[in-house]
Amino acid sequence: MMEIGLTHYLVLSTVLFSIGLLGVMRRKNLLMLFFATEILLNAVNVGFAAISHYYNDLTGQMFAFFIIAIAASEVAVGLGLLIAWYKRHGNINLDAMSSMRG
Amino acid sequence: MELYLYIALFSPLVGALFAGLFGASPKTLLTGVVNSSLLFASFLSSAVLLGYVLNGQTVHVEMMEWMATGNLYIPFGFVVDQVSVTMMMVVTTVSTVVHVYSIGYMDHDKGFNRFFSYLSAFVFSMMVLVMSDNFAGLFIGWEGVGLCSWLLIGFWYHKESATWAANEAFIMNRIADLGMLIGIFLVYWNTGSLQYDKAFAVMPTLDNMTLTYIGVFLFIGAMGKSAQFPLHTWLADAMEGPTPVSALIHAATMVTAGVYLVVRANPLYHMIPEMGLFIASLGAFVAMFAATMALVNRDMKRIIAYSTLSQLGYMFVAAGLGAYWVALFHLMAHAFFKALLFLGAGNVMHAMDDELDPFKMGGLRKSMKWTFIMMTLASVALAGIYPLAGFFSKDAILEVGFVEHHYVIYTVLLLTAGLTAFYSFRLVALIFHGEERYKVFGFHPHEAYKFVLIAMSPLALLAVIAGSFKSTYFEMVTKILPNTEYHIHSEVTEWTMIIGTQLFVILAIFFAYKKYINFKGENKEFEKRLVYKVLINQYYVPYFYEEYITKPYRELSTIFWKKVDLKVVDATVDCIANGIYKAGENTRDMQNGSLSSMLRWMVAGTVILLSLAVAFGLAVRYADEISAVLSGLGA
Repeated sequence: MMEIGLTHYLVLSTVLFSIGLLGVMRRKNLLMLFFATEILLNAVNVGFAAISHYYNDLTGQMFAFFIIAIAASEVAVGLGLLIAWYKRHGNINLDAMSSMRG
Repeated sequence: MELYLYIALFSPLVGALFAGLFGASPKTLLTGVVNSSLLFASFLSSAVLLGYVLNGQTVHVEMMEWMATGNLYIPFGFVVDQVSVTMMMVVTTVSTVVHVYSIGYMDHDKGFNRFFSYLSAFVFSMMVLVMSDNFAGLFIGWEGVGLCSWLLIGFWYHKESATWAANEAFIMNRIADLGMLIGIFLVYWNTGSLQYDKAFAVMPTLDNMTLTYIGVFLFIGAMGKSAQFPLHTWLADAMEGPTPVSALIHAATMVTAGVYLVVRANPLYHMIPEMGLFIASLGAFVAMFAATMALVNRDMKRIIAYSTLSQLGYMFVAAGLGAYWVALFHLMAHAFFKALLFLGAGNVMHAMDDELDPFKMGGLRKSMKWTFIMMTLASVALAGIYPLAGFFSKDAILEVGFVEHHYVIYTVLLLTAGLTAFYSFRLVALIFHGEERYKVFGFHPHEAYKFVLIAMSPLALLAVIAGSFKSTYFEMVTKILPNTEYHIHSEVTEWTMIIGTQLFVILAIFFAYKKYINFKGENKEFEKRLVYKVLINQYYVPYFYEEYITKPYRELSTIFWKKVDLKVVDATVDCIANGIYKAGENTRDMQNGSLSSMLRWMVAGTVILLSLAVAFGLAVRYADEISAVLSGLGA
């Protein structure tokens, strides 16, 4: 039976982060983009928690809580904006959002 | 006494600023009157200070701190001692006269107010130059007079020749000022101070080589300002300026600044007699050189300018041979009669509608009686006839040459004295005697304004009596200058010399009169001679400068402009600008407003930063190994 150690958690974190990154780059649906950012943040959280446990230092886990809180508020604000956008334009396609074109 | 010092120094500045206020407006007599009164105030204060100094006291003030950093301490300090008070008296006397004279002379000029502003500014700079107690202040004044000289030579700036002459004077002086500046740096570097008293106190401890360098570089500055060979060409061309300017700046005051510098630095030059001998030899050469050029010239003002050059040579002979008080005395006497000569020439010019060629004049003594008397007086003084001022000062210089056993210099100066007498009276004879040749050209001469003549009279008086100040003057300045008296041991020799010189000079005068009093036009045969051609072309020195310095320099500049500036410097700058512009054009697509591509760029940036962080982290961790490898490569 293989012991599950720090390396496994970090690999998990990296894989999750890559998936999130890929999602951020490829997805066109804004809602899916939000999911991808959540995956990114949680990938980092896994990393924090694992290293924190490894060093027996609670700071990392504390930081993870902060990130969860921030992610929650970000989603709240983001979803609010998203709904407002949808009401106005009738879609949430990322490519349609180009009003900042220089 | 400080109050008088400040009045003497600053009232010209007040005048300059006051007249400057009206600089662009048409003539207002007020500026002329106010400036002349301020100059007179300055003169009176100088006279009070002279009285004070005659009692054996000096004034030394430190107005304010100027530069104080680390070991460098330069205050705005002013000193009124025996030397500077002499210069102050000369400057204020001549400039007061010239100011009053200019009211008449510039009467119809559009730039009347501007002229007075410049003229007073010049006097202020000159006062700073002579009153400063350190080399830095001297240099400020030195540059100030240079600037005002430039402004005034080019006063009629719509004339191309005037602007050309102004630039020539300025550039020539700039070359010399570089030497002067190096000299000042050397003084500071080696003595640690720019104050005259402190610097000269340290100098005896320096080695001979250093002192020679300081002496040489300071003298280069003096050569430029006093127009000594080979930097002399600007002085004759400077005659493009208004005549009062020539009288004040290019005869009496500014050009003597070089002599003043050598006199002021007498403790230095006393220690390097070889340099002194060089100065004296150069002076003697210039005296002769300039006098010969004056013999044939056909421009009234240029003749007087060459005469100034020649007399400056005399002063340098005296200063170079260590007879500083004689040099200063000749400076003073010369200032009076030469300014008078110039102002007289100005009157003649006015009468002749700015004609300068004396060949077109003649017989003017009837219509311009007072100008005739004053110019003759000045010429007699210049020739050095007893008992006028020139006799006492110039004869003293000849005696110095004789007593110091420099017989070559003595002979040259003696011959020059004859030439001086000849060209002075050639001018007087051509202008005032003989037939009235001007009638052909339709001139209607008239005497100058009465107040102009009255303004000139103090100079005429001084040109006559300045010699009688000699003993008082000697008493005064030798308190700080070496008090060598020059006596020829044998009385017979002395009298022979004096009488011989006088006879020689008088003969030269008669010769000039005889040759030119019934002048009908220059001898055509003579004009074909080589001698004449060399002299009228000023020994081809200006030609030489033009051909071998100005033109190659211009060609070199063209090459640098076309090849270096356009093809290298400009190209580099354009290349940078174009590169940035192109980069902007090409990266513009990044900002297309599409959120998804922005996100992609963001990710790319993050990846780059992360990889850099990892790379540097690794580099730091393995620093020792990397440096080992690199040093292995190097070795």
